[in-house]
Amino acid sequence: MSLPEPFRLLSFLVGVMAFVGFNAAYLVWVERKSAARFQRRPGPTEVGYAGLLQPIADGIKLLSKQLIVPPGADRILFMVAPLMVMIPAMISLVVLPFGGSLMARDINVGLLMMFAFGSINVMSIMLSGWSSRNKYAIISAARIVSQDVAYEIPMLLVVITLLMITGTMNLNEIVQQQEGWFWHWNLFRLNVNPLMPLTFLIFFTCMLAEINRAPFDMAEAESELVAGAFTEYAGMGFGVFFVAEYANIVVGCSFATVLFLGGWQSPFGLWSGVWWFLLKMYALVFTVIWVRWTFPRTQFYNLLNLSWQLLIPASLFTLILVAAMMKFL
Amino acid sequence: MNPFPASDYIVAAFFLFCIATTVGGAFVAILTARVIRSVCGLMICCVGLAGLYFFLNSPFLALMEILIYIGAVCVTIVFAVMLAEPDEPPSGQNHGPGVLWGVVALVVSAAICWGLSQLSLRGPWVAPAARVNDGSIKAIGVSLLTTYSMAFELISLVLLVAIVGALVIARTGRTKP
Repeated sequence: MSLPEPFRLLSFLVGVMAFVGFNAAYLVWVERKSAARFQRRPGPTEVGYAGLLQPIADGIKLLSKQLIVPPGADRILFMVAPLMVMIPAMISLVVLPFGGSLMARDINVGLLMMFAFGSINVMSIMLSGWSSRNKYAIISAARIVSQDVAYEIPMLLVVITLLMITGTMNLNEIVQQQEGWFWHWNLFRLNVNPLMPLTFLIFFTCMLAEINRAPFDMAEAESELVAGAFTEYAGMGFGVFFVAEYANIVVGCSFATVLFLGGWQSPFGLWSGVWWFLLKMYALVFTVIWVRWTFPRTQFYNLLNLSWQLLIPASLFTLILVAAMMKFL
Repeated sequence: MNPFPASDYIVAAFFLFCIATTVGGAFVAILTARVIRSVCGLMICCVGLAGLYFFLNSPFLALMEILIYIGAVCVTIVFAVMLAEPDEPPSGQNHGPGVLWGVVALVVSAAICWGLSQLSLRGPWVAPAARVNDGSIKAIGVSLLTTYSMAFELISLVLLVAIVGALVIARTGRTKP
């Protein structure tokens, strides 16, 4: 069966949007439930069995609220910012190989595409903070920019390290190179880079910082900045940022899965398929949630020092190490 | 793959959209009085430009345009704007030297526009090649380090100067008492 290309793309677009929406709704539920388990309380229980209908009730509540634009705000930018947060995450999912043939667009520079559109995210959260004309939002915007600029560098260096090993930016080819047993995954390719697990750790840390998740959620530090850049947003305006946060978690974890954990390849070379991808991705997503409820928020200067003094030198070192090993071995 | 009806029109519409985004973004960037909106206009312009690069069969360049110009340059500009004053409502009309400079700028930009349009209309351009090489990282790296190594080194020199300049400016205020 072969649909004409535009229909295929359209169906993928609808599918990706549904995937993002479903994930956002139910990852909130997972987050609330697991946070409750970590803190020895039941979490949402009232709406539906074990609170399963809670996200839908919350969504309806947010949709029915009035959208308020504060009088001093920059109206156009204030309205555009939530859209700009959402769209890059969706576009990044277009090039993501969910399964062997389950990807919307198999382009040669898929990895670059995910990075390019991921970088818009900073700009849009910054704009939301700036256009609110609220001092908490502006402080948060300034924090977001310095944080994301600091963590973009080690992330790109780590990915360059990986690129030197794979030799391609096509995400599907990167997955296919990791075929077979799990020691073929990029995470365990110690023969080219003995520090590969460390590389993965740097990548994961930077990903947490890039998507503004705890312990690096300085942008939304609710104990000091109310809700950071989203302070002035009401109703679904805030809801879109919330959805986008979870969409970015999904994108980041999928990216880590594809680059390091073999994507849709099975760990023992049998029954590869989209289920392995989902399993690995959700394991990483759960780790992100787990980290959030385990570690307290860092201080802002510690956050920047971690990047500039530890992660960037470490990633530069791995870069040089991989270059040397590829040249001489 | 069977051709889709009216696909030519869809492509043409997308091309026009890219042009409109580029030109519209540029106009937003120059016509607004608020710095932050200018940056947004620059960003829109870069997205349109990336689309035009895509139409020239160079997706790598298109994505680099987004990654560098939006992800790095615009963010840096915004960072600088944030350290400055918060944007104030535009002040009243300014006459005198402002008008003079406006006329000079208009003349110069008209001359540049005329020159560039002459060049683009008369120049011996070749049609964009469908595929110069396979577009892989290796091909790009090899061409950067052989054919275009001079430009590559010059750009890195410019960046080095910028870094040294930034260090000099940042260091002057930090003399220990």
